[in-house]
Amino acid sequence: MAFYRPASYQKPLALGLLMLLLVLPAVLEATGQAFYIGFATRILIFALAASSLNLVLGFGGMFSLGHAAFFGAGAYVAALCMESGISDALLAFPLAMIVAGLLALVVGAISLRTRGVYFIMITLAFAQMTYYLFVSARVLGGDDGLPLARRMTLGGLGLTSDGALFYTALGCLALVMTFLGRLADARFGRTIQGIRENEARMEALGYPVLRYRLVSFVLGGALAGLAGALLANLTGLASPNLLQWTQSGTLLVMVIIGGVGYLYGGVIGALVLLCLEEVLAGFTLHWHIGLGLLLIGIVLFAPRGVAALFGKSSG
Amino acid sequence: MTQLVFEQALNGLQFGLMLFLLAAGLTLVFGIMDCINLAHGSLYMVGAYFVAAAAQVADSFWIGLGAGVAGAAALGLVLELSLFRQLYRRDHLSQVLATFGLILIANEAVRTIWGAQPLLLNPPEALSGPLEIGGFFYPAYRLVIIAFGVAVAGLLYLLVAKSRVGMWVRAGAANRELTEALGVDVQRLFTAVFVLGAALCALAGGLLGPLLAVQVGMGESVLILAFVVIIIGGIGSIRGALVGSLIVGTVDTLGRALLPTLLRVALPADAAATLGPALASIMIYLLMAGILFFRPQGLFPARA
Repeated sequence: MAFYRPASYQKPLALGLLMLLLVLPAVLEATGQAFYIGFATRILIFALAASSLNLVLGFGGMFSLGHAAFFGAGAYVAALCMESGISDALLAFPLAMIVAGLLALVVGAISLRTRGVYFIMITLAFAQMTYYLFVSARVLGGDDGLPLARRMTLGGLGLTSDGALFYTALGCLALVMTFLGRLADARFGRTIQGIRENEARMEALGYPVLRYRLVSFVLGGALAGLAGALLANLTGLASPNLLQWTQSGTLLVMVIIGGVGYLYGGVIGALVLLCLEEVLAGFTLHWHIGLGLLLIGIVLFAPRGVAALFGKSSG
Repeated sequence: MTQLVFEQALNGLQFGLMLFLLAAGLTLVFGIMDCINLAHGSLYMVGAYFVAAAAQVADSFWIGLGAGVAGAAALGLVLELSLFRQLYRRDHLSQVLATFGLILIANEAVRTIWGAQPLLLNPPEALSGPLEIGGFFYPAYRLVIIAFGVAVAGLLYLLVAKSRVGMWVRAGAANRELTEALGVDVQRLFTAVFVLGAALCALAGGLLGPLLAVQVGMGESVLILAFVVIIIGGIGSIRGALVGSLIVGTVDTLGRALLPTLLRVALPADAAATLGPALASIMIYLLMAGILFFRPQGLFPARA
């Protein structure tokens, strides 16, 4: 896998897309398709979650199959904040990130001692553990999950309208993608990519490999927590489904479809997968079969993901 | 209390042996072919459905079990030849993606064919009652499962540890290139192992069918347990899979049955009622994390 290097067209393209997205709610509203604002918000949130996994998997080279734990934890923190009277996102979202990050710190500190397949499995097991803990805790609503009485406010402004939440999610995603782009191109990003490529060499050069890995793992967890908090606001519920390992699988599929280790891999993957779901579900009730066949097809025929088809972003 | 402990210990043994049937195939696929098969749980589910459907048609549990196992083995053969053969050489990401796709297909196909309602699978009439062992009562059907598990585990041990094919399998797990260089047709060996794994899945699914519900999604939860087993035991090791299965089966079953009671002794009733089930459900994961912390390669690493 090559080192990340931003392509010359990447920045204008991203800015153009951002402009388009800024007017999207107004356009949907005007054409009477306001229902799709919620759908678009969902895509933005999953783009954020998948990008956070891409940081861990694509840039850090850590094959985590337990990312849903941090995603779900963020959602539960948002719901708990709401319940205990913290209804402003400026306070609740950072709190969700901190809690998810701390959870990632514990999981990472133990899991990163293992390698390869063992790492995949132990992250999966930790995610299952989180799932069972959350489901069996009565304060967290058990199997029913924890509902949010209403949406949060952002610095006093209500997020009740779908448009407001859309812009909040868009703002979060834009900030995070800018941050990730800078990070991947900075010394830290180079180092974790170097570790991904050749761990022994980086170790020999004197880099504290474990610490670098742990930091990116925690960062990825915290960003997933942010996505979870956003999603809880969108759906009005912190559901145990968010913690299930199939959710980790879905995020993983998004990253792989989009392109592992490409900055916008997670975004593209979330867009492609969720749109595909929507389209296939319109055709047939049995759309899961189509999706499954498609995944197998991608593995057999486009193994490096959609972003790789536009190849240039790798050096 | 003694009756409870006795019963739960036997339940744990029975659960552990069934886990072994699943984990044995998984650990070999994992260890020899270096292939992550998330769809192993789907084979278990589809196998259980095959058994239940065949048993309904034939109106006999045993005929259904035989037919279902044969059907799952055939399905395993088709899957190996068409898909998995392509996956062995690919990286873990591709394997996860493709087998995740298989899970989606399997769940939806089963839901389409047999509907969303769980399928009913009755144990054989003769085994429906309890049996008395040394003053204790225990369901006869569960004893038969234990007997099955012990027999299959014994046969598998003989096959892997004593036979020539088993020697090749172990050699393949330890060093694939060298085994190929010695003239073993590893490709054929892989196919055979995969088919055997699929058949064992269906056997476990069919035997557990009357105890648990035969339903969509039954594969996913058990898949995770099978993963925990092979991680504890060491990937690629049959012996490790057996020890791991028994540990996980016993700890999980006894934990769920006894932990809430035990906690009540030490803690106030309210705290025990909250903490008990939570702690019981994560005990095996704690155990796994602990074992990995001290032995990152599992208890019986197949590769030295």
